[in-house]
Amino acid sequence: MSISYLPGKEPHPKETRRIYKNIFREGWDTSINCYLADGGYSELRKALSMEPKAVTDEVKKSGLRGRGGAGFPTGVKWTFIPPNNTKPVYLICNCDESEPGTYKDRYIVHQDPHQLIEGMIISCFAVGAHLGYIYMREEFPIAAEIMEKALQEARANNFLGKNILGSGFDLDIHVHRGAGAYICGEETSLINSLEGVRPYPRIKPPFFPAAIGLYGCPTIVNNVESLCQVKHVIQMGGEEFSKVGAQRSPGTRIIGVSGDVKRPGLYEIASGSITFGELLFDLCGGPKEGHEFKAVIPGGSSSKVMRTDVKYSVKNPDGTNGSISFFDIPLDLDSIAQHGSMAGSGAVIVMDDTRSMPWALNNLNHFYAHESCGQCTPCREGCPWMLKLTTRMLEGKASPKDVDLLLQVANQIEGKTVCAFGEAAAWPTQAMVLKFKDEFLALTDSFNDKLPHSTEAKEQRRYFTR
Amino acid sequence: MSHDHLNAIDATIAHIPSPGEQFFPPFSVTPELEAQVAELITHYPEGRQKSAILPILHIVQKQFGFINPASIEWTASQTGVSAAHVLGVVTFYPGLRQKCPGKFHFRICRTLSCAMSGAEDLFEVICRKTNIDPASINHHEPIGVSPCGMWSIEQVECLANCGNGPNVLVNDLLFDKVTPEKVDEIIAKYKQA
Repeated sequence: MSISYLPGKEPHPKETRRIYKNIFREGWDTSINCYLADGGYSELRKALSMEPKAVTDEVKKSGLRGRGGAGFPTGVKWTFIPPNNTKPVYLICNCDESEPGTYKDRYIVHQDPHQLIEGMIISCFAVGAHLGYIYMREEFPIAAEIMEKALQEARANNFLGKNILGSGFDLDIHVHRGAGAYICGEETSLINSLEGVRPYPRIKPPFFPAAIGLYGCPTIVNNVESLCQVKHVIQMGGEEFSKVGAQRSPGTRIIGVSGDVKRPGLYEIASGSITFGELLFDLCGGPKEGHEFKAVIPGGSSSKVMRTDVKYSVKNPDGTNGSISFFDIPLDLDSIAQHGSMAGSGAVIVMDDTRSMPWALNNLNHFYAHESCGQCTPCREGCPWMLKLTTRMLEGKASPKDVDLLLQVANQIEGKTVCAFGEAAAWPTQAMVLKFKDEFLALTDSFNDKLPHSTEAKEQRRYFTR
Repeated sequence: MSHDHLNAIDATIAHIPSPGEQFFPPFSVTPELEAQVAELITHYPEGRQKSAILPILHIVQKQFGFINPASIEWTASQTGVSAAHVLGVVTFYPGLRQKCPGKFHFRICRTLSCAMSGAEDLFEVICRKTNIDPASINHHEPIGVSPCGMWSIEQVECLANCGNGPNVLVNDLLFDKVTPEKVDEIIAKYKQA
């Protein structure tokens, strides 16, 4: 059956549509009849006829890695449930998409809710969970309604509830809405939010949520896209799935491009199949008229910014050292990590030569200062401090010493917090300051070093004014 | 920020008057509300009704505009926790409000991708067109309400539609690629409603 898409929403020839097969599809809607007519829920039947252990093995074999940002192998995560466990197991779908730049899950939950539900049921069956939650961010109120309706339809068709399709497996799934906190995307924070307490992240190791999670029971938290991929793993078989895409991060990836390109948008590609150059010039149409690319944030705001005008060193196949330009780096987890950043959630933010890096960093620092949960001192105090420093730079009141101080503060946050938010907040600052130091220094004036900042200091040095 | 006197316990529970309150009913417990809450609690395992705090607060906020001290106490009684616990949850989340917004609440994304497509200017444009004083908005009072109570504005972090910025969420509906002209259309549309 050929699939046609709405005008202006057709996929680019270099795309591989798998998760996004039904997004902006002609005549597609969110109802279960539409999904069933397209062969929906047949993978669920297939999975239910297998042993739960076999489903997990299939996912492990596929090499599927989590799509939320950290890139942890999904099947391996599932096996962390203690083998002699007697407590109930829970599965939570993390739909708290709030990393700046990321907007891939929005379209799945708004346009193809049954794909997520099917993937979730299969995953629940594999890990033995009888209760699942979809943790939906507060900013998706319409999606929550769509999802509630889809769950109702699934219940009416016996895809949820008691004795699903005669397999003897019981499961119910509910939507739980967050309330606008970025930190709730962190899995232990999400669990605390679901428990109804202040969502501070929990300390780990030694106990990960797969051992002690929601209500003290084993809990698996997976991203929306990862759970949808599970359905395709079952459809294709693990072996077949692992053949498409980069060797160590197989499957497709959804890349969300935003910022200064002609055609920003979401592109689903086989991972590693194209380079940044192909993505930015072919799929996104290149820079805006009369401008050039300057910097790219390759995986959500927390990943380290990359300059487009420097060479990146690589090992040639014959063992010698070579170098490639930014535009030749392939889009897969390992290649991007090798060049000093991370592929994260696949959110590419592009900045052209009109953008000031201190301004961009100030914007991001505002985000992190606002979203720090306040549990760990380095992050709670450090993020507003970094914001103050960058604001001072933009106001022209900073001295060159402040640039070093900014880096020092960022270094003191990294690795000194309970959750990964500390790193997420420190990396943008570290990378921006190290890679665009001249821009920061250009905004400073060594005379400012002599000027007081606080009221008390101003009072003491009231004669020394400009 | 943490040492500020505005973060003291009395300040966090005090009722902040707002002109938007005329468009929402005052908080009262109706049988429908009780039924909704009873149904919500069944979504969670036996004895875990604490999990329902967030969904209950969402219902309260949607129906009555904001979360007042009485509704905090009522939520606590429904879920078997102390009012201080519920207050702790309320003050954590930016999405839960203790000040009533206007009848139509604009939430403008201010994070990088939207800021690059002009969200800062858009914020000023909307403030001007809805007669809201941007100087009244700060870290402690993130919501600005127009004197007529019809409109309110808030700058929020990423709304997750980064490719189509600037994004504005009006009550539950998202508007993308918003230009000053489009703001006129949105305001005209809601004025009629």
